[in-house]
Amino acid sequence: MTITADHGYDDLPRLMSLMTGDEKHDFAATSTLDVLWVLYDRVLGVTPGRADSPDRDRFLLSKGHGPMAYYAVLAAKGFVPEEWLPGFGSYDSPLGHHPDRVLVPGAEIGSGSLGHGLPLAVGSALGLRAQGLTGPAVWVLIGDAELDEGSNHEAIAYAGAAGLDRLHTVVVDNASASHALPGGIAARFEAANWSTATVDGRDHAALYEAFTAPHPGRPHAVVARVEPKNAR
Amino acid sequence: METMRDRFGTVASRLLDEDPRVAVVLAEIGRDAFTDAARRHPDRLINVGIREQLLVGTAAGLSLTGMRPIVHTFAAFLVERPFEQVKLDLGHQDTGAVLVSAGASFDWPAGGQTHMSPGDVALLDTLDGWTVHVPGHPDEAETLLRHAVAAGDDKVYVRLSLQRNRLPLPVDGARFLTVREGRAGVVVAVGPMLDTVLTATEGLDVTVLYATTLRPFDTAALRRATEAAGTDVVLVEPYLAGTSTRAATEALADVPHRVLGLGVGRRELRRYGTLDEHLAAHGLDAPGLRERIGAFVGAGAVSA
Repeated sequence: MTITADHGYDDLPRLMSLMTGDEKHDFAATSTLDVLWVLYDRVLGVTPGRADSPDRDRFLLSKGHGPMAYYAVLAAKGFVPEEWLPGFGSYDSPLGHHPDRVLVPGAEIGSGSLGHGLPLAVGSALGLRAQGLTGPAVWVLIGDAELDEGSNHEAIAYAGAAGLDRLHTVVVDNASASHALPGGIAARFEAANWSTATVDGRDHAALYEAFTAPHPGRPHAVVARVEPKNAR
Repeated sequence: METMRDRFGTVASRLLDEDPRVAVVLAEIGRDAFTDAARRHPDRLINVGIREQLLVGTAAGLSLTGMRPIVHTFAAFLVERPFEQVKLDLGHQDTGAVLVSAGASFDWPAGGQTHMSPGDVALLDTLDGWTVHVPGHPDEAETLLRHAVAAGDDKVYVRLSLQRNRLPLPVDGARFLTVREGRAGVVVAVGPMLDTVLTATEGLDVTVLYATTLRPFDTAALRRATEAAGTDVVLVEPYLAGTSTRAATEALADVPHRVLGLGVGRRELRRYGTLDEHLAAHGLDAPGLRERIGAFVGAGAVSA
């Protein structure tokens, strides 16, 4: 078993092509690809060698549907062996159609049921702060339709009011919600006292700038717009 | 008179002082008991507002970073409303918390069905790996809460109630206690049902076991008790009737046995009134228990 950690963005399509069997979530998988890459390549302070370090940055994939891009990035960065990818979804594989933190090195949470990641991220941010670990950032990735879940509304309202400034949410917006939020996604976060940015979810420079924008005293939400699910 | 919940506020506040791993997570309910603690530990006394899904999710997130969260609200809002959070955020994430409920099956009868939770333990029973404590006295509540918090990252449920026994017993967070010994059956009295069970079984030749830790179920104690008293077993639980019947039948799977599960009925009563009136309505007062226990072990004696 070899772990190669020096792959680049250009390797991701090949890594993703090793995984088959969840084609119905293909759109969900590719919508997150650039966001995940920019985060893991340039933003998150976490590596396979520091995957258990208390002061690592946390990335919580809440949108557990279509995790192929996630697994590809984890393989590219050396968290999981590339050899695991072809087994995707099989009985003996640690890589399911929804990720399991107990089975996947580097996965902070198991997800699939929508609306769990952001509340878990709120608790993680509170837990780090209570232990004096003010350095690590907590990131959670959710989908625009996932925002329909009431649990997310609970978390957004609380995190803004509590000023959890080490909490970051990236909403990958592929316009898949049947009843979109009036005024747009960012407005929902702004109303709850979050810092926000809305950017092209395929533009790495724009994503990086949005991800690293200062937001003192407030949690930060980045809405990453990608091509609409139904237009592809 | 001090309630289990009063004691919970005192002890959990002290645990915040004693153990930097402990955090208390609330959803408004119960916050008045933590006014001073909140001043001393603003980062570890967390009130998320009236948001019960977030309540449990936040606790799990705290646990993922190495904290030991104590989560408190009414049972209906702690176990039933955010049940998927209990199942996934704690179970599937393989992390833990101490859930401490109040309200029990009908602590506030005038509040009606919305604030009753006779099904909480049965619901948790669909999940793996939960320890369930049902204290019968404020002193026992303190002991069991301390056991729960000290139990690493375990998933522990502590069920507090206004129902209580007159005196505490030396519970240890694991085993059933033998309170009375007889030869014509075993009655397992759970938590606050003990005093009533002792009254109800006065003069009956039965063994009475006292159970305050129901999961894991003390299989060894039940089996030991049946060696002298026979395998007629009555469970008297202050929540949904039959909740522990499966545990008892598994304990006795290899021997002929009979189990009677007494507790709160499934049918919604749609009555207000008092706790005692509800106990009587479910046959959980002394006359109701005596009639059913007596008939059961009496029948056992005839057929033996």
